[in-house]
Amino acid sequence: MTQNIERYKYDIVVIGAGGAGLRAAVEAREAGLTVAIVCKSLFGKAHTVMAEGGAAASMGNVNEKDNWMVHFRDTMRGGKFLNHYRMAELHAKEAPDRIWELETWGALFDRTKEGKISQRNFGGHEYPRLAHVGDRTGLELIRTMQQRIVALQQIDARETGNPETNIRVFAEVTITEILKENGKVAGAYGYRRENGVEVLFEAPAVVIATGGVGKTFKITSNSWEGTGDGHALALKAGANLVDMEFLQFHPTGMVWPLSVKGILVTESVRGEGGILTNSLGERFMFKYIPDVFKNQYADNVEEADRWYIDQDNNRRPPELLPRDEVARAINSEVKAGRGTEHGGVFLDVSKRLSAEIIKKRLPSMWHQFYELAGVDITKEAMEVGPTCHYVMGGVEVDPDTAAAVGVDGLFAAGEVAGGMHGSNRLGGNSLTDLLVFGRRAGMGAVAYVKSHGTNSVADSTIEKAATRIAAPFTRTGGENAYSLHQELQEITHNLVGIIRTKAELAEAIEKIADIRKRSANISVTGDRMFNPGFHLAFDLDNMLLVAESTAKSALLREESRGGHTRDDFPGMNPTWRQVNHISSFDGMKVNIKAQPLPVLPKELFDLFDVHELEKYMTPQEISKGGSN
Amino acid sequence: MARTLKLRIWRGNDEDGALQDVTVEGNNGEVVLDIIHRVQATQLGDLAVRWNCKAGKCGSCSMEINGKPRLACMTQISAYGDDEVITITPLRAFPVIKDLVTDVSFNYKKALEVRAYEHPVDLKPGEARMQQVDVERSQEFRKCIECFLCQDTCHVIRDHEENKKSFAGPRFFIRIAELDMHPLDTLRNRKQSAQTEHGLGMCNITKCCTEVCPEHIRITDNAIIPMKERVVDVKYDPLRWLGSVIRKRDGIL
Repeated sequence: MTQNIERYKYDIVVIGAGGAGLRAAVEAREAGLTVAIVCKSLFGKAHTVMAEGGAAASMGNVNEKDNWMVHFRDTMRGGKFLNHYRMAELHAKEAPDRIWELETWGALFDRTKEGKISQRNFGGHEYPRLAHVGDRTGLELIRTMQQRIVALQQIDARETGNPETNIRVFAEVTITEILKENGKVAGAYGYRRENGVEVLFEAPAVVIATGGVGKTFKITSNSWEGTGDGHALALKAGANLVDMEFLQFHPTGMVWPLSVKGILVTESVRGEGGILTNSLGERFMFKYIPDVFKNQYADNVEEADRWYIDQDNNRRPPELLPRDEVARAINSEVKAGRGTEHGGVFLDVSKRLSAEIIKKRLPSMWHQFYELAGVDITKEAMEVGPTCHYVMGGVEVDPDTAAAVGVDGLFAAGEVAGGMHGSNRLGGNSLTDLLVFGRRAGMGAVAYVKSHGTNSVADSTIEKAATRIAAPFTRTGGENAYSLHQELQEITHNLVGIIRTKAELAEAIEKIADIRKRSANISVTGDRMFNPGFHLAFDLDNMLLVAESTAKSALLREESRGGHTRDDFPGMNPTWRQVNHISSFDGMKVNIKAQPLPVLPKELFDLFDVHELEKYMTPQEISKGGSN
Repeated sequence: MARTLKLRIWRGNDEDGALQDVTVEGNNGEVVLDIIHRVQATQLGDLAVRWNCKAGKCGSCSMEINGKPRLACMTQISAYGDDEVITITPLRAFPVIKDLVTDVSFNYKKALEVRAYEHPVDLKPGEARMQQVDVERSQEFRKCIECFLCQDTCHVIRDHEENKKSFAGPRFFIRIAELDMHPLDTLRNRKQSAQTEHGLGMCNITKCCTEVCPEHIRITDNAIIPMKERVVDVKYDPLRWLGSVIRKRDGIL
């Protein structure tokens, strides 16, 4: 088998061609290194294109009071102070530069009257902060990066005669394994989805930028690609995952028709003035403002409505609470029997804005509802409900270099990395996360390669990786990958969903283990030519590891915080705030250990009103006043 | 409400293949991509189809449904009558890899041939000032999701394999127009290069590309025709031609 494989040598292999992967690749190429970008889809189709609302950066173009400190505070609050403070700090400080940089590569954001980049309101952000292009900001971001890579290839074409001298995109390739020699990363192994031909990349550094895990769940805004590949690859390579119990259920996914259930309805609808009502016509969010947010959110309709005109003298409408709060509120309303016919609630922007403005500011939402649900959002309300959207947990990394803890030569950035968003991500922080940490992962990998040199792959390592790829074809009459995937989705949806209990999580862990056992016997019909059943066999293996890690972490965390709600432990507990859950893999199962959360240093601690911190921290932590 | 759908799906590769009859359940509100997935999960486990977002945003599930280039994720089954057979075939302008998946590398090759955006050297990050009305013209073209349906339907490509070498296609005409209208791009003569290097002259403005565009970009009216008009202006206006020669200005377009 090994004689028929394609072999390549690069300085750095980037797995994933979304915002983080492409930004890492640009950084590496500009530092003079050779880079392979490997992705499961065609170039330019990564899930980043689905990001709608915008990219959060405290440029202060709309409200000049904004700055990195305000953004940092909002991010920590949104994450319920479980964030890795250093990541939140770097992100808040560097986000504006990353947005402006995109302009130098040709991006065209919407403008303010003064001609600067326009910024819009979003949940949890104190000031208008999201740079945007209508509601297709992710498309602008990925296209700009894609075109930046083409620009670099054109330079190489002029200088060397070959556009792929230094940077090459391997589209529609699945990576099945990170290869290691002498305890360090030596490359990556996978196959071409088109024809099953196996591909070996020898490279001393690998950047994982594979995005999320949504397909582990039944109702999700994620595409087929979100199967936790990077999470699983990292675990298997010996890296850790941090806080995998935290999953973001976006409050507003489509609920009807069935075929589009879960597809995202951007938070911009609420940012632009959309209100949420139940089947009684009640604007219910006023009932769900938690104590920690009482000072920032209006508790009556009049004040909430005035905020759209005068933001300095009124508190924000509660529709703009962080996503976890809104998702739980919708869930409660539906459970209490006040849901819509299709099990959601109403979201209406038609009463606040004219049809013309809605079509201009929310064009793809208008299009999506009109074409797929037959609903004209300029005239009527949308029906929405929670959908699995984003995983806050991910690879444990060093914040400054994005280096994965525990594996030399491995880096991770974007959704696949953990820590940045704590227990809940604010809308708009993802796109700038990709850029800030994509760049840092690129820089980290460049520095690593320059000081470590190459690390060649042994034949025996290749044989092992090849055997694993061939395995599903050697079995007949075994399990069907599609049915196992559906079973897994039912389990996660019913037992590891928005509201969790001890008994259900324990049941989930047992059932996931059972599917895992049966998945060892998956057989595939057909051949290696673009065979989705074959592809799913590998994706499923990744999803099972992710689901196990999530269920086990969730069982241990006996509190409710952000994207983890326990019916049997409904409150937030300051002692639990000091704990990160670290997942590791021993070859058979995922093990979880508790690890202390890095403590806020004094200069960041002092950015907050101490009375606010008292709501999150223990008296001992408050009296210490930071780590130094 | 469930109904029974009669499909004919192309199975095979570039050299060999045939339409296969398939009968499958469909539900109210479902799109063609849902149906293909059901066929995959229950009958043809190895049926090849490309897709991603399932919301008309990524442009992956391009195919031909009853002969029309469409996104399968945005095509409701309710558009087809109860007795109607739905025929699903791969994009005709590109080589078939397997079943409904085609080799669209032609488009990525053409993307490499369009000179990239060039930022003013003295304009630092954060200093750009542009009016909304000025960015909107290019923004229309930046809505493109690269589904390549316009490329598939364009007669110049679809019916004449030999043209592929010298013709970039509507997707890349809007890319050139986007850069040409970009308020900051400093590279001159983009329209001229559309004519001389990318085959703009071969387009005979039948507007088929505009008709199939799922983003409703007015490819012909807003990109191709304005570029053609300006190219013609300069080429045939003797005064402007003379001016460009005498003053050696390359930026006249």
